[in-house]
Amino acid sequence: MKIHLKVWRQSGPNQKGRLEDLEVKDVSPDSSFLEMLDVVNEGLEERGKEPIVFDHDCREGICGACSLNINGVPHGPDRQTTTCQLHMRSFKDGDTIVVEPFRARAFPVIKDLMVDRSAFDRIIQAGGYVSVSTGGVPDANGLPVAKDDADEAFENAACIGCGACVATCKNASASLFVSAKLSHLRLLPQGKVEAKTRVLNMTQQMEEEGFGACTNTGDCEAVCPKGIAMKNISSMNVDLIKSLLQS
Amino acid sequence: MKLNAKIPSGPIQDKWDHHRFSMKLVNPANKRKHKVIVVGTGLAGASASASMAELGYQVETFCFQDSPRRAHSIAAQGGINAAKNYQNDGDSIWRLFYDTVKGGDYRSREANVYRLAQVSVNIIDQCVAQGVPFARDYSGLLDNRSFGGAQVSRTFYAKGQTGQQLLIGAYQALSRQIHAKNVRMHPRTEMLDLIIVDGKARGIVVRDLVSGSISSHMADAVVLASGGYSNAFYLSTNAMGCNVTATWRAHRKGAGFANPCYTQIHPTCIPVAGEHQSKLTLMSESLRNDGRIWVPKKKGDTRKASDIPESERDYYLERRYPSFGNLVPRDVASRAAKERCDAGYGVGPSGLGVYLDFAQSIDRLGQEAIEARYGNLFDMYQKITGENPYQSPMRIFPAPHYTMGGLWVDYNLMSNVEGLFVIGEANFSDHGANRLGASALMQGLADGYFVLPYTIGDYLAQSDLEKVSEDHAEIRKAEQETSDRIKKLLYTKGSRSVDSFHRELGRLMWDACGMSRTQSGLKEALKKIPEIEENFWNQVSVTGSEGSMNQNLEKAGRVADFFEFGKIMLHDALAREESCGGHFREEHQTSEGEAKRDDENFSHVSVWEYTGANQTPVMHKENLEFEYVKPTQRSYK
Repeated sequence: MKIHLKVWRQSGPNQKGRLEDLEVKDVSPDSSFLEMLDVVNEGLEERGKEPIVFDHDCREGICGACSLNINGVPHGPDRQTTTCQLHMRSFKDGDTIVVEPFRARAFPVIKDLMVDRSAFDRIIQAGGYVSVSTGGVPDANGLPVAKDDADEAFENAACIGCGACVATCKNASASLFVSAKLSHLRLLPQGKVEAKTRVLNMTQQMEEEGFGACTNTGDCEAVCPKGIAMKNISSMNVDLIKSLLQS
Repeated sequence: MKLNAKIPSGPIQDKWDHHRFSMKLVNPANKRKHKVIVVGTGLAGASASASMAELGYQVETFCFQDSPRRAHSIAAQGGINAAKNYQNDGDSIWRLFYDTVKGGDYRSREANVYRLAQVSVNIIDQCVAQGVPFARDYSGLLDNRSFGGAQVSRTFYAKGQTGQQLLIGAYQALSRQIHAKNVRMHPRTEMLDLIIVDGKARGIVVRDLVSGSISSHMADAVVLASGGYSNAFYLSTNAMGCNVTATWRAHRKGAGFANPCYTQIHPTCIPVAGEHQSKLTLMSESLRNDGRIWVPKKKGDTRKASDIPESERDYYLERRYPSFGNLVPRDVASRAAKERCDAGYGVGPSGLGVYLDFAQSIDRLGQEAIEARYGNLFDMYQKITGENPYQSPMRIFPAPHYTMGGLWVDYNLMSNVEGLFVIGEANFSDHGANRLGASALMQGLADGYFVLPYTIGDYLAQSDLEKVSEDHAEIRKAEQETSDRIKKLLYTKGSRSVDSFHRELGRLMWDACGMSRTQSGLKEALKKIPEIEENFWNQVSVTGSEGSMNQNLEKAGRVADFFEFGKIMLHDALAREESCGGHFREEHQTSEGEAKRDDENFSHVSVWEYTGANQTPVMHKENLEFEYVKPTQRSYK
């Protein structure tokens, strides 16, 4: 396959960026999108030029490091697929592909396609946990959890923290990410205890980080590589109002 | 090099309890005064950081990823073992201990393994209390499955994402401590050297990957939780960033490297598709619970799998190992697949593949049941290969996956360098020559939650640790060497990419030191590595600057260390004139092609000492005593 790439190049957080045109020949349809970029980068290195910077690590769709807006869509055209699991067979010979970083005020660009998503870590630090220390906990089977609750908690805990939900949202809202964590913990008896303070602390941190508000457009659910459901956002809002009224 | 394993005396079941009582404690008010550095935030590093911070130590934690949540433990799929015996099927601490020593082909340290089995039960309690959503049955109680060669169901799991769920649990515990300011977290920061002052590990040199600046961090003890070295093979199931630099740099500073030739080749991975391939993808071996492995009985059979009748299929694992069948341990399953493919029975375009077939399970249990168990794995397979595994069998082939070797540690998880602790996959201690499925997660969390937080206190309580001044000569020297190395890479200005060298090294390592090894192949590779390494230093193209984000430079530094490391892997494989676990020397096999151990001469840990660049390393031995599990020929027939 032959591909025409338009790639965002930006040398630093405060520098101006631009789209660079690159022709890529002999692309194997069986290669992944990132392997295609690897080939481009090797070519650049051989010619003494700086390769394109992008975050990636596990390349199995689970670590959440890879990002990229591909033709305007976070993680590209395939549903429930991270960029690293996207393969070139999803494109046609001769296609032009525009590759940009995830864009949001709370995700500043570091270089080229790499952005800083540490805002997500700070939201978790504000309360995305059960406050237990190591040791002194009851037997794991001491407290039964209804299978449906455990399964739903798992589905929400499957979030990989990639930030696609923010990148696609016209308000750059982190509501899907935050609500998934709240649901994961609230559905389990171990996490229920702190549910009220958790929703207050995490949503407050979300606002402080500069994420926008949710206006229910549903783009987040559509691009989420792990299929996290939007209904979590309604649950979060209900819990938030309850907590605010009580506090 | 002095190797004292410091195994406590007394009966094995009492060793850990007695040891915990005899260890010195640090007064709660004094814990605040001690600082500990942790490198890596996988299961071992994150759990250790959180647990030590909870106890009151000041912790500084480093990872090269943009967030501690992305460490490669996250990709572990199948599950975590624990001797809970919830299924009432005869499991016990003794049985888990026995299975692990046997599975490791009698090359691990009994006392460590027993302790691992003991604390396994606490891990599950801890994770559930953190809100880890393990699979449950309709009673609301935890579900278990049998896994990787075990005849009891002791594996706890969360679909095919157990590593993710456990890591998120540990990451959240760590996040809580970061919020409480008990842990200072340094993401996107890579350790490039170890600082030793007066014989004790006291700090590390790091590079801030965003700004490119080099700095040093000092502490009372350094904990390495930096994972394994499978990427020495270039193609492996490890993440792209996994590397040997932290442990290799510590080795260069005096830490013994134990059993580097013990590498695990995982039997159920997706076969290589082509030259462009950057990594291999593993699919949980839990698939072997319901999938049957076969190849055609006819050589070079190119018919579609569905066109090959039952009578013309060779279910070679069931044929060779009737009692364990498709569930034989990883090393055995991998070698059997290689044997069939080498003999010309392999399937797929490259001939390097065997079928993993679910048709009968789907008939028996229904597609829905299979989807519930393995849905995400089937989806992943389809995304990568473009084939639907519900309709035609998967094709699988073995791939490098985990490394049992690592820095040598004593019973307290301290290396031979005082104050340098090594946990998780980065150490060598618990898996011998072969790791059983679902035991890596168990070991990482055992070390981090329940072993290191105790043993490090004993060290800190007894050690005389004077403050090291900021301009100490050792700090300046380590920083200078690090910076010189970076400059050397940048000033080469060659025209070959870093990846091209990594691929060349990887192919050499895979051919000479992969699933089977020979004396001549290993010797040949030992001659070749220095040639490729020299080319690397003369021809590599590392562009960009040192003072900014530079992924090319990061990669070049890691590959340079893999060149140095590859040599001790080969030396170790050459010195171990026997076959055991993942180490298979063709010269040492039974008439049936099974691994042939030599307990008389090789019942020891091989610990390598660094003697200088391009010098032959020196090997030291820790003899292994088997008091409770008598070594036998490992048989799964």
